[in-house]
This record gives sequence, structure tokens and C-alpha cells, in this order.
Amino acid sequence: MTVQAWTFVLVGLSFALYIGVAILARARSTGEFYVASSQVPAVLNGMATAADWMSAASFISMAGLISFMGRDGAVYLMGWTGGYVLLALLLAPYLRKFGKFTVPDFVGDRYASQTARMVAIVCAIFVSFTYVVGQMRGVGIVFSQFLGVGIVQGVLIGMGIVFFYAVLGGMKGITYTQVAQYCVLIFAYMVPAIYISIMITGHAIPQLGFGGNVDGGNGAALLQTLDELSEKLGFGAYTERRLGKLDMFAITLALMVGTAGLPHVIVRFYTVKKVAAARSSAGWALLFIALLYTTAPAVAVFARTNLLQAVDDQPYASVPSWFKSWESTGLIQFDDKNGDGKIRYVGDATENELTIDRDIMVLANPEIANLPNWVVGLVAAGGLAAALSTAAGLLLVISTSIAHDLFKRGLKPNISERGELITARCAAAVAVIVAGYFGINPPGYVAEVVAFAFGLAAASFFPAILLGIFSKRVNKYGAVTGMVVGILFTAIYIVYFRFIEPGKNSREHWLFGISPKGIGTVGMVLNFVIALTISRFTPPPPEPIQRLIEEIRIPRGAGEGHEVDA
Amino acid sequence: MSSSPAKRPQNLRRHQYWRRNLQILGILLSIWFLVSFGCGILFSESLDEIPLGGFPLGFWFAQQGAIYVFVLLIVVYVILMNALDRAFDVDEKEQR
Repeated sequence: MTVQAWTFVLVGLSFALYIGVAILARARSTGEFYVASSQVPAVLNGMATAADWMSAASFISMAGLISFMGRDGAVYLMGWTGGYVLLALLLAPYLRKFGKFTVPDFVGDRYASQTARMVAIVCAIFVSFTYVVGQMRGVGIVFSQFLGVGIVQGVLIGMGIVFFYAVLGGMKGITYTQVAQYCVLIFAYMVPAIYISIMITGHAIPQLGFGGNVDGGNGAALLQTLDELSEKLGFGAYTERRLGKLDMFAITLALMVGTAGLPHVIVRFYTVKKVAAARSSAGWALLFIALLYTTAPAVAVFARTNLLQAVDDQPYASVPSWFKSWESTGLIQFDDKNGDGKIRYVGDATENELTIDRDIMVLANPEIANLPNWVVGLVAAGGLAAALSTAAGLLLVISTSIAHDLFKRGLKPNISERGELITARCAAAVAVIVAGYFGINPPGYVAEVVAFAFGLAAASFFPAILLGIFSKRVNKYGAVTGMVVGILFTAIYIVYFRFIEPGKNSREHWLFGISPKGIGTVGMVLNFVIALTISRFTPPPPEPIQRLIEEIRIPRGAGEGHEVDA
Repeated sequence: MSSSPAKRPQNLRRHQYWRRNLQILGILLSIWFLVSFGCGILFSESLDEIPLGGFPLGFWFAQQGAIYVFVLLIVVYVILMNALDRAFDVDEKEQR
């Protein structure tokens, strides 16, 4: 069977699976729609969280990104996993005990303030929208590259599928679909990684092959070989740090705290039965995520070594077939500057003749390594699973924020359960259409906007929730001012360097040498300092709030996610 | 829930429970900071002098080790907190 036939079969089978699961697990009440009636077992919730969290960016782009960043890629590896420690230890168990549906629910109730609730709603919707646009785009790219149907049709098919199971299934349908999607995506990621690890180092476990020797285990150490090869070509050693130390610190922290503050991740911990299950399910989630995240840097090194050896100083006429096929998509570009017919791939931009899009490192890997056709089809199905699962989780947050937070708890408190469910489904439908529109006509800066979302989540939600649990003294004045200043500072810094003065976006102009990616860390610190200071000079929260805080600190008595105060 | 006798002793117990919880958090988060920001970033390059198989140690922490430790930290946290909940009798009874 050809690559395309395999891709159709495997993608088709995986879609049939998702739809089947969604029909079996569709939602019938708001409790099921928002939090799956808080009945999801911890292990399954961990798997669903992992699929929810790992997007097209993790699956398709991350290994490629790391293979071009070398040691600095650690900011993503640590930043996107370390946040789960914060989530498990500092947020998840307490939010589960609080036991409502959303992040704005907690912020609004804990600080007894509609203003705080509104600020939280705006942040949740903005953060989730920027994310979902990127996912739709990912769906379109996979469709067009593997199935040859064009990005527009690809996005439309993706929209149809997500619409079907997010709008009908709600959280319950999404959760069980995400479990299936996790299995598909991790299988699709591991199979080529294991193949390539065996080919290069003789180790079946990529995490060990990463530190093994080349030539099937008989040559020099792989990392040393890559370091020497990279240095020879003027890229600098692979294992060398290029980011400033403080900048690396700030980016890692902003990504960690941003992860812990992302609404579509937090809401997953409302779906489990008990506080103890919220703790352990964060552990399961991180274990399932770690499987991919410890493989990615190994894939990055294998792919980079393969690539440098395959193209370095080779005559253009004799390049392998994958090179030509990716060249036709424009993701590999060769410009023979000195006219000698050989490929010069070097660190010096004026002499370099080859441009490689980092996204193809994972997608082209099976072809570079000459793996069987079904593996290539599997990678396409895995990329789609990653993009669709994240898109569905985000759409649910958007629809919940609109139907529950904005209408039920804000504008129209006497809305009926049925009315709220219809509103939630309509909101999800509108969100799918808007996301699809931006997926087809993307604003040119999707990647930048996603970094923006992390910074905002770090500078707004994380301090407000953390202080809400661990301090009885922080009140609404402190929390609202902290959130607003944190968001504004972070947003202005990013907008200034990305959009207003992009020419000044370099280390000498940055505050303390911290890049816009890492500035969420400073925004978060500002938020903490302001919230604590202002609360000190204003009256403490009233008695019922003090009791609420006492209550959420003790596990006993957590019921199903509920509507009215206990 | 049992009918609470005097309010004071119960509050004291809760206070103690919370203090123990904060101690556990403090220790685990110190390790979290040490392996990621310490071994992975701040003194990562000094650790590179030590080889671990084919890895320079600092590089291994930054791209592998820190993640393994994160998973272990959550496992240890779950075990310690479940024990603490039972010791202070604030664990959750089986759901109906």
C-alpha cells in the first residue's frame, strides 16, 4: 500500500473511533457537559489531561524546535512539565475541593467580586482562543501534507469532527475521546522514535539511545559526534547554552507557571471524584506527558545528526528522495550561492545555502530513516489526534466561560438548566466557526500569540488562585489590582517588542535581558507583590470567605462539581 | 461528619494539619527548584564535567533528569498526603 492509502486508512479508523466514543459518552446535563459529573477515574483523567495538554505544537514542532536550539530547548522540556508539579502541589487538590466548574468561578467566589470574575473570564477566553487558532492551523497542515486535500478542506473536516464531539459530548464526551486520542498519539510518536534509535545507536529505548554511541553502538558517543559536526559547520556545539542564564531561567519559570495557570488544564481536575484523585491524576498526567517529553529531545538529536550527515557537502544532484519531496512543499529550500552544485549548510547566514523548516523534523523523520509506509500514515494520525484533542478541550473552556461564567453567574442568573446547556452548545458552535476562520486565514503571528497566552496566564491566574488558597489575608482589592497590573505589564511588554518596535527586540534593549517569552515571570512577581501589599492596607476578607478558605484546605467533604454553595 | 464537640481542639488539629502540609510542600518544591533551575540551568555547566553514560550530567538534567524527578515528586506527594489525611482523619470516605 502507498503512503497515502495507509494515511487514509489510519486517519479514517482513528476518526471512526473518536466519533464512536463520543456517541457513547455524550452529555445530558450541565454537570456532565462542564465537568463530566466529576466521575472520571484518576488514570483516565490523567490520560485525557495529557492529550488535552499536548497539542500539535508538542507533537509536530517541539522535537524540531529543540534540534535547532540544542541545549536551550530545555526551556520547553522543563517548562512544560515542571508546571504539573506546581499544579499537583499547589492548585489541583484545593480547586477540586472547592468543587465548582471553572477558574472564574473560583476567582469570583474567593474574592467575592464580580470585577474579579469578569477579569478572569476575559483572560480565560482570550488565552483559549489564541490557542485554538493554532490547533486548527495544525489540523489544516497535516491534512494538506499527508492527504493532499488543501488546507481549507482540511480545516473544514477538522472543524466538523471537533464540532460533532465537543458540542454534543461536552466534557464527558471529550474526556473519553481524549483517552483514545492519547493512545493514538503516543503510539504514533514512539514507533518511529524507537525505529530510529535502534538504527543509529542499537538501543530500543530512545531515552537511552540519546546517550549511546553511533554506528549501532560501536562508534563514538552520539552527543559528542553531533557536537563536533555542529562545531565544524559553525553552528556551535549542540550541548552548549546560547540563551542568557537569567533569560533561560525566566522563560522556564514563565512556561511552568503559565502551564499551571491555563484554564483548559485546570478545569480537568474538576472532573475527578475526590481530592485524593485530583492529586494522583496530576501524577498520571505528568507520567503520560513525560513519556513524549523525554523522547522528544532524543528524536531531536537523532534527526539533527541524520540531517547534518545526509546533506553536509553532498552534491545536490544525489540527494535522497525525501529531500526532493519536502523541497516541493517549500519547507526545504536550497539556493546554490557559490554555484558549485554542492549543498553548504553552515551557521554563517551569508554562506549558508539551505533553509529547513523546523516542523518537518518529526514529519519527515520516518522518510529520512526509510521506515515502512504505515509508519508515515501513523504519524499523520498522531498529529491529528494531538491537534483535535487540544482544540476540543479549549472549545469547551470557551463555551463554559460564556454559558456558565458570563450568563449563569453574571448577566442572566435565572437561566434554566436547559437554557444554559443550549447556550453552552451554541457558544461552542460559534467558537468552532471563529477558530476555523482563523485557521484558514491565520494572523501572521500565531506562534507569537501563543507565547503571549502563557505569559498572560502566568501573570494573571496563577498568583490570584495561589494566594486565594494559601493566604487568608489577600482580599479582592489586592487580587484584582494584582491581576490587572500583571496582565497589563506583560501584555504591553510583549506588544511593544513584537509589534511596535520589533527592531529593538534584542538582548541589549530588554529589561534585565529577559526576552518577551520570559517576561510573564516578571509580571507574575509584580502581581504577587502588589496583591500582598494592597491587601495589607485594606480590610481582610469577610468571615464567610475565611470559612471557605478553611474548607478548601481540608480534603473531606468534596462532592460532585456543584452549582450552589455547600 | 462526626458531631464536633468543642470547636477549639478541632481548629488546632486543622492548624497542625495545614502546617504539616506546608512543610511537605516546602521540601518537595525545594527539590523541584534544585533539579530544574539549579541542576538544569544555574550550575548546569559545572555539572557537565561529570559524565553520565554518554551525557554531560548538566545537559542530562536539563533535558531528561529534571522531568523524571518531577514525576517522582508527585508520586511522593500523593503518598505523603494520603498518609497525612488519614493521620489527621480528614481523608475522604468512600463516595456513596
